[in-house]
Amino acid sequence: MPEQLTESGANAALKIRNLNFFYGDFQGLSDVNLDVEQHKVTAFIGPSGCGKSTLLRTFNRMYDLYPGQRAEGEILFHGKNLLDKKQDVNLVRAKIGMVFQKPTPFPMTIYENIAFGVRLYEKMSSSEMDDRVEWALRKAALWDEVKDKLQQNGLSLSGGQQQRLCIARAVAVKPEVVLLDEPTSALDPISTAKIEELVNELKYEYTIAIVTHNMQQAARISDFTAFMYLGELVEFGKTDELFVKPRKTQTEDYITGRFG
Amino acid sequence: MSTEIDLHAAQVSKFRAQDKAFHYITLLFAFLVLAALVGILISLSIEAMPTLKEFGPSFLWSTVWSVPDERFGAMIAIYGTLATSIIALLIAVPVSFGIALFLTETCPVVLRRPLGTAIELLAGVPSIIYGIWGLFIFAPLFAKYVQPPLQSWFGDLPMIGSLFSGPPIGIGILTAGIVLALMVIPFIASVMRDVFETVPPILKESAYGVGCTTWEVVRRIVLPYTRVGVIGGIMLGLGRALGETMAVTFVIGNANRIGASLFSPGNSIASTLANEFGEAEPGLHISSLFALGLVLFVITFIVLAISRWLIRRGMGSEGL
Amino acid sequence: MNLYQRRIWSNRIGIGLSMLAMTFGLLALLWILWTLFSKGFSALSWEFFTQDTPAPGSEGGGLRNAIVGSGLILLFTTLVSTPVGILAGIYLAEFGRVSRFAATTRFVTDIMLSAPSIVIGLFVYALVVETLGGFSGWAGSLALALIAIPVVVRTTENMLRLVPTSLREAAFAVGAPHWQVSLKVTLRAVKAGVVTGVLLAIARVTGETAPLLFTALNNQFFSTDMSQPMGNLPVVIFQFAMSPYDNWINLAWGGALLIALLVLGINIGTRILFRTKGQR
Repeated sequence: MPEQLTESGANAALKIRNLNFFYGDFQGLSDVNLDVEQHKVTAFIGPSGCGKSTLLRTFNRMYDLYPGQRAEGEILFHGKNLLDKKQDVNLVRAKIGMVFQKPTPFPMTIYENIAFGVRLYEKMSSSEMDDRVEWALRKAALWDEVKDKLQQNGLSLSGGQQQRLCIARAVAVKPEVVLLDEPTSALDPISTAKIEELVNELKYEYTIAIVTHNMQQAARISDFTAFMYLGELVEFGKTDELFVKPRKTQTEDYITGRFG
Repeated sequence: MSTEIDLHAAQVSKFRAQDKAFHYITLLFAFLVLAALVGILISLSIEAMPTLKEFGPSFLWSTVWSVPDERFGAMIAIYGTLATSIIALLIAVPVSFGIALFLTETCPVVLRRPLGTAIELLAGVPSIIYGIWGLFIFAPLFAKYVQPPLQSWFGDLPMIGSLFSGPPIGIGILTAGIVLALMVIPFIASVMRDVFETVPPILKESAYGVGCTTWEVVRRIVLPYTRVGVIGGIMLGLGRALGETMAVTFVIGNANRIGASLFSPGNSIASTLANEFGEAEPGLHISSLFALGLVLFVITFIVLAISRWLIRRGMGSEGL
Repeated sequence: MNLYQRRIWSNRIGIGLSMLAMTFGLLALLWILWTLFSKGFSALSWEFFTQDTPAPGSEGGGLRNAIVGSGLILLFTTLVSTPVGILAGIYLAEFGRVSRFAATTRFVTDIMLSAPSIVIGLFVYALVVETLGGFSGWAGSLALALIAIPVVVRTTENMLRLVPTSLREAAFAVGAPHWQVSLKVTLRAVKAGVVTGVLLAIARVTGETAPLLFTALNNQFFSTDMSQPMGNLPVVIFQFAMSPYDNWINLAWGGALLIALLVLGINIGTRILFRTKGQR
């Protein structure tokens, strides 16, 4: 089982090398190189259309759903290139979970929302499944709110609860990496604070990559930050350093609010 | 801590096989739909073959339809089909236009939805109900109160007069056309309303802004903008009218001849099939009925294809 | 001033005519429904539902055999057209976004939506009745299914296309295979819409007469044997309305009312169902 290390010697969950991405003829990402460190939160920031979501969606090959979109280069996960055509995408997605901008509960009960993904790759008894569902909901700090209504439709929850349900769903399959694509942009401040708290908890067991348009959020919760602009990775480093003394003027302009 | 990515190889290959099967199964069913159309064309052609061999292309314009003599031509039925459909459109198009105009431009907002729904419900009423209503209610009233005055007004005019000659028996080409009109009005009106609604409000507001009346906005903005879609809607109505069986069969009179008068009974392709197919002897008669069906299918296919193309153009590219 | 008045008048005439057209349309609807209800209700009775269609010249009688026959034929039509239509609709929505084959299928489906139903009857006659040697309830069901399928296909596809891409992606994101994403997530998300499509398809074929004339034919006697000619409401209405017997004509009105109630009921019911679902 090949382990992969970052340049600084820490464990890397994902190593992105020479990544280019195309929407038909339009190049969405050019030559991105970066390591996503294990059990840390890596934030991706930048103005709209800079390619941060595009980059996140290459990690679980979500772009595969759309003809005309393609990626070149390498994303190494346990030493294997995820972009390899022969790599099974379903399995990649089971190992690298994702939570979206808007809450996306499946049209089924709260219980089934969690169990759906688990059942795909694990065979377990119903009591084991009960335990797993509870475990995942506790992880997402949702258990106390929903334990009496597990058989209700997922859509009956509030927006913030729905988003935590989606996080529980992603966590339930025990992935190694969790991708969060602007997970709080559709939520109120209180729900947002809950999700941020949760991210801080989850990073001890999972590697987290989060796209956000909210710089304060990135500063609050991430260990590493990548600033992207026009499809290129402009600057990448420890969050403290990047926000305090950015090396590039573009980064400085963005984080001081001069554009974007 | 880290897990080998190929741990679930068995599950993965199972999913792959299932997905492949899923793809092909749905493809198969989509293909069935396509195959039905091809099947219709092929089977009708095969069944129509004896007739087409016997009479050749003259089948299309021959006006003889005689079961005892085993001589068959399609012209009577084609004439009946076209005549009833044209009458239907002459009535239905202006009325549908008025309804669509009312629903989109002048109707009070509270009534817009219920009235629109009523029109759509009218489109759902089975055609056999239009048929028996036409036969028992409309035709007698038509014979008593409408046909005689029509005759006295137009009967003596040259040319037009002959259209209204003959005994006012209520059933015939004209009655069939009118009943057919009632049946297609909801279809045409619904499509027209939908295309009218694609006009960007800003366009209309600009016109109102320079002082146009509602009528002028409709004439100068809405109609030119939606022309293509409106014609598409009319073609859809035509397609429906051409192939309609029950609304016509009850009231067309079922006579295998072409009368000069619109009052005279006739036959459309669909009504000929409905009346004769059940009792037809195998051989040329049945084969000729299949040939009629083939003619009908080809005509409606062309009309509907044009209609769909126009509606899509009207709602899509031009509507944006 | 003269020009202005002319414009005002042409506006009034135009608007007036459009209101006249609307009134005309509504009056026609009311007239037809009123006739149907007044003539139809007087025909409904206990015997109407419990007795079979009468022989020529005999008194009384009912439509029991035709009602049961229509019910059976429609049942099998639904059983056939629902899976076929939904699966074909899924293909168009899931796999056929860019393919030429799908574009052709979509085009043909749209044409078939309005194709003359009597021609479908001819087709099934040639395909089934001639080859299997007789009219049957099965043939009738098949003919109606051919008309219902395009309705189901199109509503299913349209509904599936309304599913937010994020929901679809979320289902893929947990590693689900395509078939589970389609059947367990997206199809389930638009369940109400698809059910509506099926119901509308049933409504569409309930009153169809032409395709049954040469397929199910008719049967004067009570029968539940789908492999034999089968009595059914539309054909009975057609034959009885054209007959010289008063009691037959009466029964025809009653049958027509029954069909209209069912069709209007489904149409109105689905609207209510769909609106309340849509609000949630």
